[in-house]
Amino acid sequence: MLELTINGGRYELELPAGASLAELLRDEVGLTGTKSACGEGHCGACTVLVGGRPTLSCITLAHRVAEEVTTIEGLRDHPMVEAFVRADAVQCGFCTPGQIVSAVALVEEMPAPSAEEIRHRMAGNICRCGTYPKIEEAIRTWRD
Amino acid sequence: MARLIRTETEVEGRFEEVWLVVEEDALEQWPAGPREVVGRPSTRADGLGRARGEVLFTADLRLPGMLQTAVLRSPHARARVRRVELSGALEAPGVRGAIGPGDCSALSEECSYEGSAVAAVCADTFEQARAAVALIAIEWEELEPLLDADTAVERGEVLDIRTSSRGELAHGLAQADAVVEATYRTHTVMHNSMETHQSICRLIGDTLEVHTSTQYIWGVRSELARRLGMAPDKVRVVCEYMGGGFGSKTNADDYTFIAAELAKRTGRPVRCALTRREENVIAGNRNATIQRLAAGALADGTLVALSGEFVNAVGDSGWNSMVEGPMEKLYDCANVATKTSAAKLNLPPMKAFRAPGFVEGTFGLECLLDELARKLDLDPLELRRRNHAERDPGDSNPFSGKNLLECYRRAEPHWERRHEVRARSTETVKRGVGLASQIWFGGGGPPSYAWLRLGSDGHATVVTAGQDVGTGTKTALAQIAAEELGIPLAHVTFAVGDSERGPYATLSAGSSTLPSMGPAVRAAAADVRDQILDLAAQRYEVELETLALAGEAIVLADGTRHPLVELVGALGNGQILGSGSRGPNPAGMQVYTFGVQVAEVAVDVETGEVTVERVAAIHDVGRVINPLGASSQIEGGIIQGIGHTLSEERLTDPSSGRILTRTLDSYRMPTIADVPEIVGELLDIPDSQLTNLGSKGLGEPPIIPVAAAIANAIRDATGADLRSLPITRSEMLAALAAARRREAQRAKEPVAG
Repeated sequence: MLELTINGGRYELELPAGASLAELLRDEVGLTGTKSACGEGHCGACTVLVGGRPTLSCITLAHRVAEEVTTIEGLRDHPMVEAFVRADAVQCGFCTPGQIVSAVALVEEMPAPSAEEIRHRMAGNICRCGTYPKIEEAIRTWRD
Repeated sequence: MARLIRTETEVEGRFEEVWLVVEEDALEQWPAGPREVVGRPSTRADGLGRARGEVLFTADLRLPGMLQTAVLRSPHARARVRRVELSGALEAPGVRGAIGPGDCSALSEECSYEGSAVAAVCADTFEQARAAVALIAIEWEELEPLLDADTAVERGEVLDIRTSSRGELAHGLAQADAVVEATYRTHTVMHNSMETHQSICRLIGDTLEVHTSTQYIWGVRSELARRLGMAPDKVRVVCEYMGGGFGSKTNADDYTFIAAELAKRTGRPVRCALTRREENVIAGNRNATIQRLAAGALADGTLVALSGEFVNAVGDSGWNSMVEGPMEKLYDCANVATKTSAAKLNLPPMKAFRAPGFVEGTFGLECLLDELARKLDLDPLELRRRNHAERDPGDSNPFSGKNLLECYRRAEPHWERRHEVRARSTETVKRGVGLASQIWFGGGGPPSYAWLRLGSDGHATVVTAGQDVGTGTKTALAQIAAEELGIPLAHVTFAVGDSERGPYATLSAGSSTLPSMGPAVRAAAADVRDQILDLAAQRYEVELETLALAGEAIVLADGTRHPLVELVGALGNGQILGSGSRGPNPAGMQVYTFGVQVAEVAVDVETGEVTVERVAAIHDVGRVINPLGASSQIEGGIIQGIGHTLSEERLTDPSSGRILTRTLDSYRMPTIADVPEIVGELLDIPDSQLTNLGSKGLGEPPIIPVAAAIANAIRDATGADLRSLPITRSEMLAALAAARRREAQRAKEPVAG
């Protein structure tokens, strides 16, 4: 039995050993806002917060997670979401939840990151549509 | 009134003569410039749902009882299955079905590329399916693969050969004061959409329901109906949200046929989704090209000869993309000869990828032109101006609209920066500026239809069975409907993505979506507007001709305004229903998009590292509906182009033909840290000949000139000629060494004259 707090809610789950946190979220809890795009930790689409730290859920063993998990569903009213929409930092939208989770983790740590800091900290989230300039703008203007 | 016409249609540079039913396009274009809604920046209608992760992609759907599939694919580039035995898989835990060659048209014993599908297993979980696939007993007979494109052409292993010529090439070359010849090569690049290719199939009664990540629900519908022998209306294809395609998702493909067959056998919904590693093998690719080119010009820069022998390394199947297109169409040159061969190889099939052919062909042509400019000691921008084509140089037809010279004019301030940019060079970091022109289709065409319903609250819903693949289609089309109806954008809802619940709409590809669907949406809105005004004439007892609809009100001739809801509010549950369709393209005219890009680069001559520092993009795509969405398209195209130019490359093992780059760390796409300053500018001049909107597509133009502009900037910075993509550090260092050798050689030669 796995006990876990996700977005403030308590869950008790039966999961096979080896299941990833992404599988737990998407298949067991039904939180499909977290995307799985590569399944091996290369693209950042599956990023969630574990104890506030951005974490690649597709390569995180579910049974090793002890701290609270926050997914995009837990951040839906965060001003960063609105900032992404305002800046048009959403094209197909498949990578966007992961981008937003990473961006939230960044601004929680440094509310006004420089362009260099944004480019450094967001480089693990791939966007094939190329919304990067708009992502940078969203993070620069998230409190507007 | 509908009429039947015989016309030529174009998708991604492929032309077809077809019969088409078209409606007259009776609406006058709006005047140029921003309107109430159209031409003003709008955030995406579905942006919040996408950003919050609330919308459901095909990858997110969980149908009750749904099974997962794993596919046994050929690990060999060319092989024959001697024996395949599924019983081991069928006995494995959780397995509900297994199919092999003969069970499904997508499965075969003859494997002519790595990744071709042989067998498939569905089980309660994907892990179970994957474990069961490993239990399939299979014996292979490996065969010698054909992997080299030139060899394939020599042996006659070609899918197609296309030639074209005008004038007399030999005459042109003889006339020329300067001739440059060079071989250019472009490489294989992968789409790597974030959502992998996938489908979920289930049978409901005699209807096959297909949820699929696609750019073309109607194409998938007709392909399934044809190959499965079903009536098209018994195939329902749904794609509400999709996670990127870039040209690779316009067919049903093997995973859909596998899911359909397994759904039929198990009576349950079946998902078949490519893994990322499968995606990097069989999801399609921009095929490599070889381009043996020559250009000749008079001393004043007038082009008198262009020739190209092109080879498309197509793979096992696909089509001969129009890599010669820019050479044929971009410049006014009297003598042009091209030959384009499609090499059939034991490599996974190509698919359209954002301006297929033209991305590759523009790299060759536009770099060659800069080589010519250097030889003639002419300014590259001036050389392009001098050879500007007033009419289509191929068939002498007029262009429906062309403002390339205006693009060049607006590029001047960016081009002028080259002196200042070069001056910022250091001993080890050389800076330079390069430019390249762009031509592409993008006019769209019929058929496409839209329905529009307006309720008693004065809000409208547009229904059309197209798809929004992330380009902002819904938002732009909603703007058009709002503009025509004189209502706020927030009062327009858009429903797409279900072949059973809306009229035909074209595919989301070929920069054709907006120019095809937009006029249909406007026509549907105009139909509703006419009905509203007709009701208003009765209600307010005035002449119909004196009425207008604007600002959510019926406006009478004397300026009296009656709120729209006062009129339609009386409808109760009644609705006003309108329909619209896309009219024909202008007869006897060529519809193209144009543009120019100016790139600034920094080259570290010690390490070979190339950094793109700035790209200015000026494009002529007719009227701009949503400047915000358009700027995102420009940026996205340029960033993808930078990836194609500098870092992305599918690598294959040269002896076995196996794909080596299967993951997103080995296949290197741009990240946010690779993005330069991007300055996008659209002329926003409606094409007066094209539809009721004057709008063309923008999905593809911005990626087309990127590679050539970068390579030309590198030449400007260092004198090195980069004729092969991608421009890796080793490629860059080799080109620098060649440039130094050439320079040393020149220093030794006696001064001429």
